[in-house]
Amino acid sequence: MMNDWTPICRVDEIPVLGSRRVSRPQGLDVAVFRNDKDEVFALLDRCPHKGGPLSQGIVFGTSVACPLHNWTIGLCTGQAAAPDEGCTPRFEVKLTGGQVFLKTSELTSHATELTRPLAGPTHRTACA
Amino acid sequence: MDMRVEAKAKMKLVMVGNGMAGVRTLEELLKIAPELYDITVFGAEPHPNYNRILLSPVLAGEQTLDEIVLNDWSWYTDNHITLHAGWRVTSVDRVKRLVHAANAAGETLSTNYDRLLLCTGSNPFMLPIPGKDLQGVIAYRDIADTNAMIQAATRYKHAVVIGGGLLGLEAANGLMRRGMTVSVVHVMPTLMERQLDVVAGKLLQKSLEERGLSFLMGAQTQELVGGPDGRVTAIKFKDGTQVPADLVVMAVGIRPNVELAQNMRLHCDKGIVVNDTLQTTTDARIYSVGECAAHRGTAYGLVAPLFEQAKVAANHLALFGIGRYVGSLTSTKLKVTGIDLFSAGNFGGGEGTEEIIMSDPKGGVYKKLVLKDDKLVGACLYGDTVDGSWYFKLLRDGRNVHDIRDKLMFGESNIGDAGHEGHNKAAAMKDSDEVCGCNGVTKGTICKVIKEKGLFTLDEVRKHTKASASCGSCTGLVEQLLMFTAGGDYSATPKTKAMCACTEHGHQAVRDAIKTNQLLKISDVFAFLEWKTPNGCASCRPAINYYLISTWPKLAMDDPQSRFINERSHANIQKDGSYSVIPRMWGGETTASELRRIADVVDKYKIPTVKVTGGQRIDLLGVKKEDLQAVWKDIGMPSGHAYAKALRTVKTCVGSEWCRMGTQDSTQMGKDLERAMWRMYAPHKVKFAVSGCPRNCAEAGIKDVGIIGVDSGWEMYVAGNGGIKTEVAHFLVKVKTAAEVLEYTGAFCELYRTEGWYLERTVHYVNRVGLDYVKKRIVEDHTGRKALWENLQFALDGEPDPWFEFDKAAVDTRQFEALSV
Repeated sequence: MMNDWTPICRVDEIPVLGSRRVSRPQGLDVAVFRNDKDEVFALLDRCPHKGGPLSQGIVFGTSVACPLHNWTIGLCTGQAAAPDEGCTPRFEVKLTGGQVFLKTSELTSHATELTRPLAGPTHRTACA
Repeated sequence: MDMRVEAKAKMKLVMVGNGMAGVRTLEELLKIAPELYDITVFGAEPHPNYNRILLSPVLAGEQTLDEIVLNDWSWYTDNHITLHAGWRVTSVDRVKRLVHAANAAGETLSTNYDRLLLCTGSNPFMLPIPGKDLQGVIAYRDIADTNAMIQAATRYKHAVVIGGGLLGLEAANGLMRRGMTVSVVHVMPTLMERQLDVVAGKLLQKSLEERGLSFLMGAQTQELVGGPDGRVTAIKFKDGTQVPADLVVMAVGIRPNVELAQNMRLHCDKGIVVNDTLQTTTDARIYSVGECAAHRGTAYGLVAPLFEQAKVAANHLALFGIGRYVGSLTSTKLKVTGIDLFSAGNFGGGEGTEEIIMSDPKGGVYKKLVLKDDKLVGACLYGDTVDGSWYFKLLRDGRNVHDIRDKLMFGESNIGDAGHEGHNKAAAMKDSDEVCGCNGVTKGTICKVIKEKGLFTLDEVRKHTKASASCGSCTGLVEQLLMFTAGGDYSATPKTKAMCACTEHGHQAVRDAIKTNQLLKISDVFAFLEWKTPNGCASCRPAINYYLISTWPKLAMDDPQSRFINERSHANIQKDGSYSVIPRMWGGETTASELRRIADVVDKYKIPTVKVTGGQRIDLLGVKKEDLQAVWKDIGMPSGHAYAKALRTVKTCVGSEWCRMGTQDSTQMGKDLERAMWRMYAPHKVKFAVSGCPRNCAEAGIKDVGIIGVDSGWEMYVAGNGGIKTEVAHFLVKVKTAAEVLEYTGAFCELYRTEGWYLERTVHYVNRVGLDYVKKRIVEDHTGRKALWENLQFALDGEPDPWFEFDKAAVDTRQFEALSV
């Protein structure tokens, strides 16, 4: 199907060894990563550990370090590096002629049920 | 010869001996070069690799044999290693590169090698006395010996252990725990004389006697007497006395097992002689690690050095060739539950040494520290070994301890560590007690994982349990648990610790290379130091980026992608992915106009929490990333760098401007310091405080630099810390003028900036180099101090405010907006 791929951005719009987040109508953002070989990867922007935004992490090799507790997540699989255990949903990504695409069907419906942890005064836990 | 065909066939690595050092070498090798070799292992014992050190807990009934297996059968198959367990290597043909082996059934087999690894370990030494071959006379070395002892304990009553060293005492304790009446025969006047001094040896003996062991000290064994059934019945001494014995365990020492090596005509003296890459000096194709190897005249019998050897040998086998083994210092710990004992280095003292001794015989505590030329050279601890690993570190690092001499005896943990209820003795804790307050890890969990996963190092425990992996305040406790559960001196990390798994180099080596070779880019550092990974990892990249910009200000370019998110987005990430914003308030003073702007921003961007910080500033929490730029602009105040490894707050009291007690204008001093040094990146966060009188309302005693105004001038304190471990700052110098305060503070900061290791707070830096050194550089060397202060001013001159000068501060503004579809 031709229109199953949604154009996201040019690969140059993602920093080398960095990422951009892609907001979507429903569900958490998708993080799109670029390594130093101009390969792109896409994962749900959520660490399997405590829900940290992976798009904000340091990218190295084919991994990203979560900014919250430094778990290492594999960009190809979404899998946490041993001995940690957990997996982040991955998204199919395509790079043609410098243009980055994500699957339209996945953008609308893949892993839309997952949420970010809450913080702030609505979420006080140490009440007397 | 067609090299291409040769290159395709895997090389053959044959290992003789299936013990801890050898298998560790294979593990290290598989990690870095999994495809390089076809590996074959010969092991004389019919078991997979097990933790020989834990035979004592097995004997004592505290662990089972299954629990001490390190690599089970499936590990060998999973890694495509051919294991011949129960096969003894009979000879090696070095010309044809052929290993010949035989098993108990008399079958033989042969295999080729390209590289040979000899890990034949050691043999127990049997006293050459009449009766040594009687039934019931055994050594204590392997699973078979341990099983023989366990079985003997069910049928016989009297055991005699010959040898009052580490192994002998552990055997004696185990046999006693299994119900036997045990006598220990020792030829020397005190126990464990190679590890303990006379006082500690006597304390140990007393304590073991209270547990029910009896000792025959200075006794010389003449013969072992046998009964009609060929089993030993008694031991007879040179003075004619006799003691009944149904079981005799000889634990008088071990000898490196060099028989095979000698038959192969390899050079041996105290063991198989190897060089710094663990190759035998006779034949470079042949390596040797473990108890059988003699490196620079020493054959080691403890685990930590053997593991260091394993790492270097694996590195060389993997054709990297950058590792060197240069020898190890060792420490000792006795694995008898309930007895704490530690020794390291030259604990006996001698010419030119001084001793610091604390002795409480009734309380069962004895500590002796041996110093030479202001350095710790030996330690012997009995009863309280909490600080063993700290002393061992000081010893290995060769740090000058002059400045902490008066506190040395009381140990590292006498100042409160937070987060584990003030516990500092791991042995006394219950399994349910929390060791790591950050990650909620209990003692029971840590001990279980150490046993089940066969962990040996602090790093491994951190990875598997997260204990001590966050703030690190429980590191000492975790090290104790390692010692205590795993048994040996496992916690002993190599002298120079590698920066991360991407390299063999330590922080200092990287700093030096950057400086000496004028390296300006991260990629240059990776190339120059032969980094193992293409673009480092989340721990080395930020460190190297910092080293570059601090060593070469104005020349090296900052790389935002190598900075932690907070320093890339110039705000502090929160658990829900939002950010906090703390504007700079010079010296903690603010105005109505600033407060109005802050209040308006809170309303406009619906910021959920506004909090006054401990550093006299205001924190706006829960700011969305897409709002950050607008929030900064609307507030219109400089960045507070509360998110960075940089100068954070300068806390002040009101001082002489208002305070009826004030002697100096501390607020102005604080503002001047802050204006001179803000935007200063450092190895870690830096906090200042200035108080206007000795009442010290600004709490200057727990800051990286604390200034206290007195009538005649300013006192300057450095390297305090109010965090994980409350550390009182050290007095550095007293100066007269505000200009001097700036100069001395700036010089100290520049020294720390250019010499500190990444993520090392000033307290750790000063502990590492010693306060005397800092005094020498800052107080005594006037030209040096002025130069340091000038260098800092040069580095900070024209540095941008990242909240306003995005281009100059290399802030990638694309990060603030999400892409939308």
